[in-house]
Amino acid sequence: MANVSIMTFNILSILPILTLAGFGMIVLLVDILSSRKLGEKNLLAYLSLMGIIVAAILARNSTGTTLFSFNESFAIDNYSLFFNFIFLLSTGLVILISHSYIKREEINHGEYYALILFSTIGMMLMASGADLLNIYIGLEVMSISIYILTGFKRSKLISNEASLKYFLLGAFATGFLLYGISLVYGSTGAINLKQIAGFIADKGSISNPLLLMGMALIIIGLGFKVASVPFHAWVPDVYEGAPTTITAFMSVGPKAAAFAAFLRILMTAFGATHYEWQKIIYILALLTMTVGNVVAIAQTNVKRMLAYSSIAHAGYLLIALVAANDMGMSSVLFYILAYTFMNIGALAIVIIVSQKGDEFIQIHDFAGLGFKHPGLAVAMSLFMLSMAGIPPTAGFVGKFYIFSAAIKSGYIGLAVIGVINSVISVFYYLRIMVIMYMKEPTRDFNPLTLSPLIVVAIVLSVIGTLHLGIFPSKIMEIAQQSILILK
Amino acid sequence: MITLTHYLVLSAILFTLGVIGVLIRRNAIIIFMCIELMLNAVNISFVACAHYLNSMQGQLFVFFTMTVAAAEAAVGLAIIVAVFRNKETVNIDDINIMKW
Repeated sequence: MANVSIMTFNILSILPILTLAGFGMIVLLVDILSSRKLGEKNLLAYLSLMGIIVAAILARNSTGTTLFSFNESFAIDNYSLFFNFIFLLSTGLVILISHSYIKREEINHGEYYALILFSTIGMMLMASGADLLNIYIGLEVMSISIYILTGFKRSKLISNEASLKYFLLGAFATGFLLYGISLVYGSTGAINLKQIAGFIADKGSISNPLLLMGMALIIIGLGFKVASVPFHAWVPDVYEGAPTTITAFMSVGPKAAAFAAFLRILMTAFGATHYEWQKIIYILALLTMTVGNVVAIAQTNVKRMLAYSSIAHAGYLLIALVAANDMGMSSVLFYILAYTFMNIGALAIVIIVSQKGDEFIQIHDFAGLGFKHPGLAVAMSLFMLSMAGIPPTAGFVGKFYIFSAAIKSGYIGLAVIGVINSVISVFYYLRIMVIMYMKEPTRDFNPLTLSPLIVVAIVLSVIGTLHLGIFPSKIMEIAQQSILILK
Repeated sequence: MITLTHYLVLSAILFTLGVIGVLIRRNAIIIFMCIELMLNAVNISFVACAHYLNSMQGQLFVFFTMTVAAAEAAVGLAIIVAVFRNKETVNIDDINIMKW
């Protein structure tokens, strides 16, 4: 008979996740029970923010512990903790920028906040998953919520279309991921990452084509989620069609979660076969940065441009994966944190400047912003400089770490191509600054979609971008400690 | 004698049929059915491996896959209905405000 073992589980280990789930359901209940007159729904935003803060405090309690629960399928360690903080931070910032936007777009339904919280649960499960089942469930919880959020402007065809494309391609990619998992399971007899690593260490992998094929399929499945070329076709359309707040949400959280799982699977389970997967990731990284940056130049819609820029950033992160040394892994963590601040900040400015129905999100609609609203223009310039990788911003330090990790591992060619790509990217980031400061305003920017919450989000993003750029060593140290568990 | 290889080949054939269907069909609902076919091909491979490895984990995985597929179907069909309400078509060639 098959051996069945009794589960050992520690309910405290998933307390932050349970808290978020609880708050998500409370948000749904409050939404239904409260009268329609509450219409403003400020309460729901504050409730969700409270949930995030409580979850962050609870997560903080487990700093420094390394704990496996639920039959070794769920890991609480510094690595998952670092990612959990990134998810909670990005979700918090997105809720701050959502509040005024969903009122403007008249999509002010209570389930908006609940779905964002549920999606965050999925991300946290993914980062903590120590076996493939947990990672798969987390990925689906995260994705299904985002399919709905992408189509949240139900009456707008563009939003429906984005949602349909994301759903079909996302489910297609999940099929590949699952098939990969089943092949890995079939050839190793395990879905636990450590047991897979143990099997490979015992028996070797070269003689095992099923295992290698399973690994390649898993890379394809996760490659879809991190938006790497050639699996990037959905990204520009989905980012353009989704509500702008959701664009901000899915360009950071899900990408970070997919990288968290990617790194854990590749390092923990397939660490011994890194000669095989490094070649695949090398090509992916090369294509991803180059296609992302070159196509971004041709874009006229800011959201679409940021979508291609997000593809390019995934390419830089893949370089760090190829390097696969300590510095590479910790720079992934650092770069994702930096990207959280700069990308959500930039999209917050796009929200403020655009008008109802997502009008005025072309690049030339930013003309003259520097004269009319200097504060916004300065913040936008800072985010653009950071994405282009110009000191003293977070983006520069992140890229510096990634390229030095690549050089340390001997991938000098890849680092050089990365630097060339950064130079290309400066063109389209600086174009926005040029338009903001050197063109006459063509329109009146009023009414701006301002609320105290969105201002708080932008101020936090500015502080984060500058702080990580000027004092990176503290965060880098934490990132270095976080990745120790992977080795 | 039916061996593990037979099951794996069956699973691979079904999976490939699903992939081909996704790539060549144009009706959103049929594309979605092909994706379900891919997932069920994976289920066959999980159950077969679990049986031959004498381990429970594969069968356990299938339960989760089926549950997730059901949730995905609910959301996916809702999205297709939302598209149909605004556009009155489920042909993905007509759903093209943005370039693919």
